[in-house]
Amino acid sequence: MDFEFTEEQVAIRDTIRELVQDRVAPRAAEIDEKAEYPKDIEKLFAENGILGIPFPEQYGGISGSSVTICMGIEEIAKACASSSLILAVQALGSYPILVAGTEDQKKRLCPPLASGEKVAAYALSETGSGSDAAAMKTRAKRYGNEYVLNGAKQFITAGSVAGTLVVFAQTDADADHRGISAFVLERETSPWQSSKLEHKLGIRGSPTAQLVFEDVKVPAANRLGEEGAGFKLALAVLDRSRPGIGAQALGIAEGAFDYALNYVKDRQQFGQPISTFQGIQFMLADIATQIEAARHLVYRAATKVDTKAPDLTKIAAMAKLFASDMAMKVTTDCVQLLGGYGYISDYPVERMMRDAKITQIYEGTNQIQRVVIARALLR
Amino acid sequence: MPLAEEVDRDHRFPIEAVTAAAGAGLLGVLIPSEYGGAGLDALAFAICIEELAQACASTSVIVDVHTSVGSEPILLFGTEEQKRKWLPRLASGELLGAFALTEPASGSDAASLQASARRTGDRYLLNGTKIFITNVGHAGLYVVFARTGPGEKAAGVSAFLVPSGTPGLRVGQVFKKMGLNGSPTGELVLEDVEVPAENRLGAEGQGFTVAMRALDSGRIGISGQALGIAQAAVDESRAVLVGRGREQGDDFMLADMSTRLESARLLAYHAAWLCSLGRPFTRQASMAKLHCTDTAMQVALDALQLAGEPGTVSGSPFERHVRDAKALQIYEGSNQVQRIVIAREVLR
Repeated sequence: MDFEFTEEQVAIRDTIRELVQDRVAPRAAEIDEKAEYPKDIEKLFAENGILGIPFPEQYGGISGSSVTICMGIEEIAKACASSSLILAVQALGSYPILVAGTEDQKKRLCPPLASGEKVAAYALSETGSGSDAAAMKTRAKRYGNEYVLNGAKQFITAGSVAGTLVVFAQTDADADHRGISAFVLERETSPWQSSKLEHKLGIRGSPTAQLVFEDVKVPAANRLGEEGAGFKLALAVLDRSRPGIGAQALGIAEGAFDYALNYVKDRQQFGQPISTFQGIQFMLADIATQIEAARHLVYRAATKVDTKAPDLTKIAAMAKLFASDMAMKVTTDCVQLLGGYGYISDYPVERMMRDAKITQIYEGTNQIQRVVIARALLR
Repeated sequence: MPLAEEVDRDHRFPIEAVTAAAGAGLLGVLIPSEYGGAGLDALAFAICIEELAQACASTSVIVDVHTSVGSEPILLFGTEEQKRKWLPRLASGELLGAFALTEPASGSDAASLQASARRTGDRYLLNGTKIFITNVGHAGLYVVFARTGPGEKAAGVSAFLVPSGTPGLRVGQVFKKMGLNGSPTGELVLEDVEVPAENRLGAEGQGFTVAMRALDSGRIGISGQALGIAQAAVDESRAVLVGRGREQGDDFMLADMSTRLESARLLAYHAAWLCSLGRPFTRQASMAKLHCTDTAMQVALDALQLAGEPGTVSGSPFERHVRDAKALQIYEGSNQVQRIVIAREVLR
């Protein structure tokens, strides 16, 4: 299977590639060191239409295709994983609206996101409810034409900077996961509290927040789908966004490999470039092969999302699992290829290794991906 | 807050831990009692480093480098006079040891080092830049390798004992690293450093032999360090799993982690035992270093995977173990160099 990207997709990718190399790559080390959300990069992406990629044209966007989203995330992640999350989370936070929203909701909520005026976030996880999403404690109680939300969410990427937040909450606590509903909170009218986790192993420029909801009022018009349909929606959204995490892992691995490949061609030991040693060559061959295999799986999964294929759940989980495991191994090996230089912050590869780890954990740990894959196989 | 977490966060030398280790006699484990040490063997040394690393990987590498490559060369190659002069001060911790072999252009290819030692009368004049030196800035005595015979590769290298404070010896850039943040790593710059000839360790041209022998037993220490990090990761994973609902996938991961750790430990202890008996142990030490450090990396990554997202937040031991473990696959001979050594020994 070969991937025939459309001319338009290739044009979008090339534009992003150039923009990333010029404007994002030079900022990546500083973003990591200061652990600061790169508002300037968000603005850059907004101005250049990158935040509109997750949306079809009728909602103010430029694509809406998972393949295009993955191409964008991959290009950005090659230079800066933290920045790639700006696009990845824009897609994750918008999918619930695009998947379950009414025409009115889409027309109302999508354009400010597509233009980049606002960024989106997705709030599912709680302290006691990570892999077990159905155990969530956040409650939404209906009073007339509005709901009142109470509870807390944990590990919410961009939850502190988002203007639009999709929150999952129990509307019927007795109904287990069938009592979960989805709501869109707009910061101006339904403000929530957030505190940013200060320091993390990686993706340090992407704010991971704890969110608190104390009597937050949400208009009933901002409920997505029926009451009780939230859990199914949460899973459907994760199916669609997982190829994006695969693309992020792919980009991180490619960025590390590009650097390491140039390094081993330059670095002289024993009177010759270390790339002339077979031990190094075998590492390069294995790394490139793993990247290539992951690339195919990621874009195959993205194509499944775009064509709404019946096996998209399984293939999307496989892409996320394989690409993130690959990225962890490849970045660890790339640090190894640079030796002592790989371990110090003057070189970018140790950052990429730190960034890779989270791709094995978030949007469903890789253990959860295996559960999903096995369930699909045994159905 | 545990010391390991604090020194990692603040990039601070764990002086209180090193002082406590000195008080307990851990800085003189390998040094015979006649020179003020404990006179224990390589196996005892490996176990000491393993125990320290379980609590704090930064402290363990400081003590490891001091004890093995920073002190042992004097024990193995020093004159009686040199032993009497330096070993008691190293054993007590009055002086912290360090080992300065690597240079910017000379890593795995150590024999190509460029630092020079020019003899004039009864002294040598040392010039050059060393890089990735553990304990830099805190060491009281550096074992420095420099070229006394140009163009002779390994045969032209000699070893010197250079005390800190010697004019012309200074600390260059201290690196910001991925992990082991409590252990300073940086450049050691030598500009016309005058060293008396009595501070040459071994004969002229014997330096490379000194370095290689020092690294052989150094690898036992690094193996111990890897075991300590891996053991801590296994113990902490166990605690996480006991405190939450477990699935079979979790149990299988923990089983694999524990099995890898146990096999690595036996390999390391075997190498240490051979060394203690005075038998050849080069191959086993390299195998132990390769396998123990690869195991520590894998176990640390698996433990973080079991801990999930809370484990990635700074202050969690899980993410620290991942950052710390990576260095071990690189230093005291990258794992590529270990494979070269092992293959050479197997094919001999």
